[in-house]
Amino acid sequence: MTRYEPIIGLEVHCQLNTRSKLFSPCSFAFGDPPNTHTDPYVWAMPGTLPVLNGHAVSLAIRLALATHSRIEPISRFARKHYFYPDLPKGYQISQADQPYCTGGYVDLPETADQPSKRVRLIRIHLEEDAGKNTHVTGRDFSLVDYNRAGVPLCEIVSEPDLRSAAEAVAYLRELRTIVRYLGICEANMEEGSLRCDANVSLRRHGATELGTRCEIKNLNSFKFLEAAIEAEVRRQTDLVERGEPIRQCTLSFDPQRDRTRVMRSKEEAADYRYLPDPDLPPLQIDQAWIADEQAHLPELPGARRARYAGLGLSSYDVSVLTNEPALAEFFDATIELGSEPKSACNWITVELLGRLNADSKTPAQSPVSPRDMHDLLDLLKRGTISGRVGKDVFQKMYLEGRRAQEIVEQDGLGQISDANVLRDLVAAVLADHPDQVAEFRQGKTKVRGFFVGQIMRRSRGQANPSVVNTVLDELLASP
Amino acid sequence: MDHHAIRSLRARELAVLVQRGSVTAERVAAAFVERAEQTQTSCAAFQQLTAESALAAAREIDQRRRAGQPLGPLAGVPVGLKDNFVTRNITTTCGSRILSDWLPPYDSTHALRLRQADAVMIGKLAMDEFAMGSSNENTPFAAVRNPWALDHVPGGSSGGSAAAVAARGCALSLGSDTGGSIRQPASFCGLVGLKPTYGRVSRRGMIAFASSLDQAGPMTQDVRDAAIALGVLAGRDPDDATSLDAEVPDYVAACDRRVVGKKVGIDRATLDHDGLDPEVRRAFEASIDVLRGRGVEIVEVTLPHLDLGIPTYYALCMAESASNLARYDGVRYGWRAEADTLAQLYDQTRALGFGAEVKRRIMLGNFVLRAAQYREYYGQALRVRQLITRGYEQAFARCDAIASPTSPVPAFRLGERARDPVSMYLADIYTVGANLAGLPAISIPGGFSLARDRPPLPIGFQLVGARLEEPTLLAIAAAHEADTTWHLQSPPKGPA
Repeated sequence: MTRYEPIIGLEVHCQLNTRSKLFSPCSFAFGDPPNTHTDPYVWAMPGTLPVLNGHAVSLAIRLALATHSRIEPISRFARKHYFYPDLPKGYQISQADQPYCTGGYVDLPETADQPSKRVRLIRIHLEEDAGKNTHVTGRDFSLVDYNRAGVPLCEIVSEPDLRSAAEAVAYLRELRTIVRYLGICEANMEEGSLRCDANVSLRRHGATELGTRCEIKNLNSFKFLEAAIEAEVRRQTDLVERGEPIRQCTLSFDPQRDRTRVMRSKEEAADYRYLPDPDLPPLQIDQAWIADEQAHLPELPGARRARYAGLGLSSYDVSVLTNEPALAEFFDATIELGSEPKSACNWITVELLGRLNADSKTPAQSPVSPRDMHDLLDLLKRGTISGRVGKDVFQKMYLEGRRAQEIVEQDGLGQISDANVLRDLVAAVLADHPDQVAEFRQGKTKVRGFFVGQIMRRSRGQANPSVVNTVLDELLASP
Repeated sequence: MDHHAIRSLRARELAVLVQRGSVTAERVAAAFVERAEQTQTSCAAFQQLTAESALAAAREIDQRRRAGQPLGPLAGVPVGLKDNFVTRNITTTCGSRILSDWLPPYDSTHALRLRQADAVMIGKLAMDEFAMGSSNENTPFAAVRNPWALDHVPGGSSGGSAAAVAARGCALSLGSDTGGSIRQPASFCGLVGLKPTYGRVSRRGMIAFASSLDQAGPMTQDVRDAAIALGVLAGRDPDDATSLDAEVPDYVAACDRRVVGKKVGIDRATLDHDGLDPEVRRAFEASIDVLRGRGVEIVEVTLPHLDLGIPTYYALCMAESASNLARYDGVRYGWRAEADTLAQLYDQTRALGFGAEVKRRIMLGNFVLRAAQYREYYGQALRVRQLITRGYEQAFARCDAIASPTSPVPAFRLGERARDPVSMYLADIYTVGANLAGLPAISIPGGFSLARDRPPLPIGFQLVGARLEEPTLLAIAAAHEADTTWHLQSPPKGPA
């Protein structure tokens, strides 16, 4: 009896993988020792000034193009003030009422669980990341690491178009895929290069007014995102059904208790004292810049999905390939050499991907190249080897780095398709099993499978199955 | 050449002598260090004297000269830097307890360019804390005293910069000007003080007070010295996004340009100001007569909204400084209070580390930036600022420079205004306009105020120019200087 539907919007932060920070030439790398990626600007030393990293803007433009957003020709940076040790200047340089990008949308692909859906965006803006505060349990101090301070972020704010936790997760996944395709963000939630806050409210079915919304912060996995939204929907539904008001607040998610917890209420919300940053001129993005980025845009997930569907791949296969741009590139390279898409997809997503995952390798690190894969598929297509033998050949290709042709020749794995050769072999098998032959002649047709198994064993899997069938039928038919 | 003779030379004359080898840079440095040390007790102009490194740098310059290498335009010239210019490995306090021990790991663009010009830094100069003040009394350290009359203020916030040059502790100093902080102390101490067009000189390494108003500039004994210094400092800095990509002209040559036929505008309304000292007014009229005598045409102009200059200036600078000073929390550098909680750390470090005037302005600035107040104060101030800027543009269609007194009064006594911040703010009436409009402005010696109970006190004459028209300002200023002797006078000899 759910009379209320969840109304959800996400604020997603993507760390742009530029070589230096948003406003200083300082480097950045995740996981390095604390405070090894800092410079006087990052420390917010007196007298330092921000200088915009144009490459970050280029990446931001690519994102806006991928989301079909409007790129503002003029936008401004603004200072957002609050005091916290991980915020060196006592303010974050962000964008307030004049972001570089407004509007746009992300289309969620159709899957077995949900139909396709368009999620609209309100805006995207550029801002600096803060450092990281670590509270040392049981001690009376905290540690601050400024490696992350100043790293460029794009904050993507969606309209509250999402209607379920699952939809929210699907949206975040699609955003993740998009930014990885664009090559602008690693989008690794565990490492913090992709972060998400969720705004949740309830609306009575049929009503147009939105309810009071609450924000859940610091969700750093898809699992937690889903669980947190569901927990918050439960909390709000509970309040509403008891006739209690929902107070606007900020919450965190407690995964142990599967509950959201209020961090601070609206009254305690900070006044950020926004100030247009006087150290930075307005950001001007002209048509020429946009056209330049457009020209360098790779094929995006939506277009890729459509292309693969057109090749006849199943929607499951399409999603496996599309979710891993490097794998999709491997696939594209293989079919470009002439391989048939469905079998290429099969071998790549099952055999190859299986081994790469087991070895924690990326497609780029694969010992088998698209050319190698194509050669194997070609041998299979021409019937030089059987499917079963193919798996062995692939294993040797992967582990030993030998080429398919070599392996087949050197190890004598060629498929036996000569009907005369097979006739002798089949005849020998039938001769060795007179009782089963008699059973077959009496009508037990199932025995045929036994013969096939024996033939395959005796031929060490190299007998061409269809020729075997023909020959077997022939020999069984004659007296 | 004895030390006294060395000290009586202009900066450019010293550079020439050092370049020629007529006198060593080491001797020049020693002469000024001696004087700086002598006058430090009475004037307290220096926050820190760096005699050792100055002499070492001077010796190195002498080595290069002996090796036949060319020397820069300020070769061997002893300079002082206001203590808001960051200097690597030399304590930079910004006049505040909160930075009293801060050792910067980098150099400001200004320190670098002066060094490249082969100037020799004698020390860091005292200032009003975080450049907030007009008398150099806002300081946890010793108040600076005016060498012309030691119980009077030198002006502020570049009080030490002015006192040091006036007392000949250095030949040239660097100050910063946000609402008049170069020009007003220059006028109180009988010097030339130049605030360039906003963006003409980099702000990188100049500790920020109000980012859209701050500019660095030279304080010198005469116009040509200021021209040389500006030439060394000016030019695009890729590390300052607000620095201008404009060609740097020959400012020294500009000093020799003819001024016949040039027009200087006066807004008579500004002279009807209640607080304008009658002697200052008389001196101003005399300076106008000097310019007439040089063939300059005097025209009437109107600068509308200039009466709103002070509230506009203070709304903007307080808001920007509250923002710029948010970083001083003791977490990463500078002084940190003892504390048991994070909140205490912030509260105590800032409450105890900042002086009263700084705290006053931070609070007012944060008030102005509050969401509820933004439109009414900061937003409005931005709009009025545009009107003021346009007012200047319209005036400059009819003249080449606008003249006024620099300050409505000569230097006042120590303690006289310290208790009345608003009266202190109101004295900026003639200077803030140039900062609001981002225009170049120069204050030059324009006479003296005489009174029975005290020594003569210098009076400053100010010219404001159109954007990037420093050459015009320098030409007119040089013409005034050619027909006056104010700039040749020195304060009474220092005390024992």
